[in-house]
Amino acid sequence: TMKGLLVLTALFVAVFGKETFEGDQVLRITARDEVQLTLLKDLSEMEYLQTGPLCWFTTDLPTSVDIRVPFTSLQTVKAFLETEDIEYFIMIKDLQVMLDEEKEQMLSSARATAPRTSDDYDYSNYHTIADIYAFQDMLVAENPNLVSKIVIGQSYQGRPLNVLKFSTGGTNKPGIWLDTGIHSREWVTQASGTWFAKKIVTDYGRDAALTAILDKMDIFLEIVTNPDGYYYTHTSNRMWRKTRKPNPGSSCIGTDPNRNWDAGFGGPGASDSPCSETYRGPKAHSESEVKSIVDFVKSHGNLQAFVSIHSYSQMLLYPYGYTRTPCKDESELHNLARKAITDLASLYGTSYRYGSIINTIYQASGGTIDWTYNQGIKYSYTFELRDTGRYGFILPANQILPTAKETWLALMAIMEHTKDNTN
Amino acid sequence: MGWTLLILLVVLTVVHGNPTVMVRTGSGPTVGFDQHPNSVPLGEDIQTTTEGESEVVEEVMTTGVLNPSHYPARRAATVVQHYLNTRYGSPYRWIFLSTVHSGSAEDVAEMGRKYQLELTMQEMISNVSGQCSAELFFPGGEGQSAPQVQASCEGLHQSNTTAQEEAFYQQHRASNNLVSGNNIPDSYGHMEPSMKPFWQLGGVASSFIMLRESNESTLYNMAQVANFTQLETEKDQLRFNYHVLLHEMISQEIIHWKLLVTWSPEQGVQVLQTELQPKCHHCEAPPNTTN
Repeated sequence: TMKGLLVLTALFVAVFGKETFEGDQVLRITARDEVQLTLLKDLSEMEYLQTGPLCWFTTDLPTSVDIRVPFTSLQTVKAFLETEDIEYFIMIKDLQVMLDEEKEQMLSSARATAPRTSDDYDYSNYHTIADIYAFQDMLVAENPNLVSKIVIGQSYQGRPLNVLKFSTGGTNKPGIWLDTGIHSREWVTQASGTWFAKKIVTDYGRDAALTAILDKMDIFLEIVTNPDGYYYTHTSNRMWRKTRKPNPGSSCIGTDPNRNWDAGFGGPGASDSPCSETYRGPKAHSESEVKSIVDFVKSHGNLQAFVSIHSYSQMLLYPYGYTRTPCKDESELHNLARKAITDLASLYGTSYRYGSIINTIYQASGGTIDWTYNQGIKYSYTFELRDTGRYGFILPANQILPTAKETWLALMAIMEHTKDNTN
Repeated sequence: MGWTLLILLVVLTVVHGNPTVMVRTGSGPTVGFDQHPNSVPLGEDIQTTTEGESEVVEEVMTTGVLNPSHYPARRAATVVQHYLNTRYGSPYRWIFLSTVHSGSAEDVAEMGRKYQLELTMQEMISNVSGQCSAELFFPGGEGQSAPQVQASCEGLHQSNTTAQEEAFYQQHRASNNLVSGNNIPDSYGHMEPSMKPFWQLGGVASSFIMLRESNESTLYNMAQVANFTQLETEKDQLRFNYHVLLHEMISQEIIHWKLLVTWSPEQGVQVLQTELQPKCHHCEAPPNTTN
């Protein structure tokens, strides 16, 4: 009504150049009919009220809009709404208080997740992919003569597939490959991989065994081998295992990257259903996360060891998964595995089983280390880290460091043996 | 301004759906094998599959003495673990397989397979270990029938849980403060101390399902308690609705079950109802995976 508008125009408040939002409120106003709609439009056009243009929730009535009302205009606006019998309620009682709280929250979480150096990084916790990628860059920046980052490809959703190369120089030195996180829900593996990276730069020049390895060979470490999956375990489904590539003709997403390799592909030990957790994919190496490693391995041409790290079950496994035929080097691999898990157990008494994949855990076709072994990389191993089922994939963070440390002893055994058996 | 943040959050939430499906067709080169001395030509010891189908390979199940490191003994031993939890488990007693010492298996004339095992089991809360001798029978044939287990253990019941169980029971018996919880443990493996007995109770209750669903091609663990809600105490039994996630190792599937669970120190854990939850509402039902 005109009366209401007159009330409003009778008041003049200078509110320009406000620096804070103290006492400002956000009101949700509901317009029941065209008349109210028009009144509110007029209200919004009053400059001193500073409500700004109205964005109505819906195009039919009744409809609502949220507006910020400066403190100095509050009484006036509310009086107007009540006079016109326009429904409203208070969404935010004090905007400044809310902004201050938000800012504090953001700062404290920024403090917690943005370490300035790799010494500040919290290795005893699980991290987001952003944290880990930032860590990788930090490590390279801090150790330019030892560490570099190679991007071997892109995930389905376009995330970089980062590999840290630890090298003391030279060309085409024999190499050792380590990967973690190919199955995204196995969080203790990415966390351990991060710790391994730091361990390598810490021990080079201090630990004789590691120094000898790096003087002769390069180490390649891919920490987040399935970044799309890892991101998904943080945002949507903690139990996600596969890649995130859709499957045509199915509503089910993803391929099992550890059934997608060209070793026994299509045979028993993998599923041909896209809805299955062990779906092998439409064809071998269909997943970019897998193909990128395949291409890297082939172009490097001089990898001597390949270790792919999973959880859980506490096992150290060697080829084959797709066939019962023992691999040619079974005896040597079996003995080395025994040494490795003995070293592992020496730290905290954690007991591992070991053997070929097909005997120890199950038949699995299209697996990573079956392919790498068939490429001629003799020391091909898969780890299944802690635990044996009590916590499973959701291993408490306080077990990350003990797991990483004991596993490192097993890795050292494998790497040393590789070095001693490489020309 | 707070608004920008809110809008950003809304936009981000909307964007986290499935990405637009763009089917990339690419024909890569057929991958052959390098003829390295270690390489093994394709075709050796593999069953050829017909198009679109995967043939189930008859597992060469060892009969006679079993290797304790290999999976047949391990799977059977885990079934014994589930059995022991159904008999003896409680919010303060949760038993896990520690070691398989020895085992043997034999066919029982067209009826199934029988296992004999020597095991060490460990109670998780008290850390007490015990030696167990067990016999299992996996029925053969088409119908899915639960394995039958007999086991006798020494030393496992040494853990004295009476006081804790009684205190827990009294604390939750009155219906004026019904408890509930979810995501136990959370993504980081963390749980509030007060939730721990409910996690353990969930594990024991899950054992009833895991025992019933087990065969020689499965290995079950409880992955997480998705949620639980305490109901009114009835007939002196604490009552709960549980939603649990089970992990089946061979298929790698996460299987959702809802259970109606009761417990008292005297009656032990009982599972009155179980209901399998669909994997996801818009997915096809997964066919039997090969193995």
